[in-house]
Amino acid sequence: MSDRIFVSGNNAVARGAIQAGCKYFFGYPITPQSEIPEYMSRELPKIGGVFVQSESESGSIYMVYGGGLAGERIMTSTSSPGFSLMAEGISYLAETEIPAVIVNVMRMGPGIGTGGQGGQTDYLQVTKGCGHGGYRAIVLAPASCQEIFDLMQVAFFLADKYRTPVLLVTDFILGQMDEPIELRTLEFEPLPKKDWALTGKEKRGGNRAAHIAAFFTYGGVVNYHMKQIEKYKEIKKAEVRYETYMAEDCDLLIVAYGSSARIARGAVDMGRNKGLKLGLLRPITLWPFPAEQISQLSSKVQKVLVVEDSQGQLIEDVEASIKTSVPVHLLGMWARHNTGGGGIIHPERIIEEVEKINGK
Amino acid sequence: MENNVPDLKKITGRPKLRTDFPGMYCPGCHYGIIARLLCEVIEELGIEGKAIGLAGVGCSFGGMPLTIDVDWTSCPHGRAPAMATAIKRIHPDATVFTVQGDGDLGAIGLGCFMNALGRGENLTTVFLNNAVYGTTGGQMAPTTLLGMKTTTTPLGRELKTSGYPLHIPELAATMKGVSYSARCTVHTPANFQKARKALKIAFQKQLNGIGYSLVEFVSACPPGWGLNPLDCLDFISEKMLKEYPLGEFKNVDSLD
Repeated sequence: MSDRIFVSGNNAVARGAIQAGCKYFFGYPITPQSEIPEYMSRELPKIGGVFVQSESESGSIYMVYGGGLAGERIMTSTSSPGFSLMAEGISYLAETEIPAVIVNVMRMGPGIGTGGQGGQTDYLQVTKGCGHGGYRAIVLAPASCQEIFDLMQVAFFLADKYRTPVLLVTDFILGQMDEPIELRTLEFEPLPKKDWALTGKEKRGGNRAAHIAAFFTYGGVVNYHMKQIEKYKEIKKAEVRYETYMAEDCDLLIVAYGSSARIARGAVDMGRNKGLKLGLLRPITLWPFPAEQISQLSSKVQKVLVVEDSQGQLIEDVEASIKTSVPVHLLGMWARHNTGGGGIIHPERIIEEVEKINGK
Repeated sequence: MENNVPDLKKITGRPKLRTDFPGMYCPGCHYGIIARLLCEVIEELGIEGKAIGLAGVGCSFGGMPLTIDVDWTSCPHGRAPAMATAIKRIHPDATVFTVQGDGDLGAIGLGCFMNALGRGENLTTVFLNNAVYGTTGGQMAPTTLLGMKTTTTPLGRELKTSGYPLHIPELAATMKGVSYSARCTVHTPANFQKARKALKIAFQKQLNGIGYSLVEFVSACPPGWGLNPLDCLDFISEKMLKEYPLGEFKNVDSLD
């Protein structure tokens, strides 16, 4: 039996990373994720690791890039405005296929937004290739502290397996709430040796490693894209993750991710007690998106309701997944119980919306 | 033909670390000479097996990695010191150096560079100052001389609108985390030899584990300057070195 402890989502990010063998963290303070660099600054030196506080999120992501090139498991974490600064570097990580894990504890934007207010307003940014060039990165969206801890381990594995940046998104609610977690180590298939890593050529029998951008490395950027297109197909086939709850016999399917999915799950229970046949599909990977699963389920229901703490971003992928004329409704940030820092969408409000669209 | 060849004595050869890549620099550019110097110094110090180079955006980007046979990565504009920081922290036994131009280091990457100096990272930077953005076609750089014509200062750089040329080694010398800061050129054989010495000291500082070391090379960009290679040498002597004096600005054996 593994140890069980009571920790915040941010703490679970840091612990999950260390569990995965990450010993190098490069980060910059920003609310609501600063507990992650704080934890790493305290714990990494104890295990022979390194913590560097950078001068900006731009500095962080390029330290991550250098650390990834050096062949180690490395990560950074930030929140929305910082993530925008990192977008450029993530594009370079994608170009040179360097594994890295980047955590975005979202806060409501655009611009400075506010550190003290949750929100899921970075969905489009994280899923559509946040930097230039049209690359894809795997995006994991946990909904509990345990899942954060577990998916951090998955994130490092997938980053190494596919040689890609992997993004893990949480938000203010998930980052700051405390839950019990089991400190378990997940098992993964063996990974190939990183013979491409920069170590000095004497460690490679005198053969040098050189990473000189796609233009040189692939003999042209189009060749690079051809290889990525194949890789993306493979990822889409093998790595889609999602969870359903009471979706088998539902009339109305709710689609929600992260903290909104937790609330929606409560609404499903509440609705079922009132005789409403609600079900939930929660995408765990936002890319690759569970389009096929949503398509199949949506063909069996009368209505679909997307619940997200934003203006309506996830709904674009849900609508693109559905091939029938089933109506797709949206409950967004306007459904919060107040517009201040502590406003959230309560399950009761979801039920109210369901009854409204049912015409009651 | 053979009879016409005078009795030549071989005093140097192709450096072992010079790859077979033919080179990509314009006629009269000094970067190829600096690449050769890097090969020679890395060989002399016997660090080719543990050297890791990081090339900034600009004419260093592809040319240096393709020319010098050690581990390399090219870097996004101005971010080489951040990337080098992580590589050196992870592989403290490696000799990690960046090669960055004046736009890369002095403009877009100045913050990144200064912060690496501030942290006193144990790194070496080769700073190539040819006073223009060569790769993008000869626009103004932070090191462009006052009055110097570039494609974005068609009437010459004006103080009122574009400010002063930037003096990187002098600036670096003010930083506590810096062990060595010097400026040199390769535009005459005597200066080439002095530059070799400076570069060797810079690497030696890193090998001794003492802070950040920096060598600036004032170098020619014939197409950027609109001058032929020979006139570029005069331009360096008469104009560039007036603004950018040669010498050491800091050389310490331990940090405060």
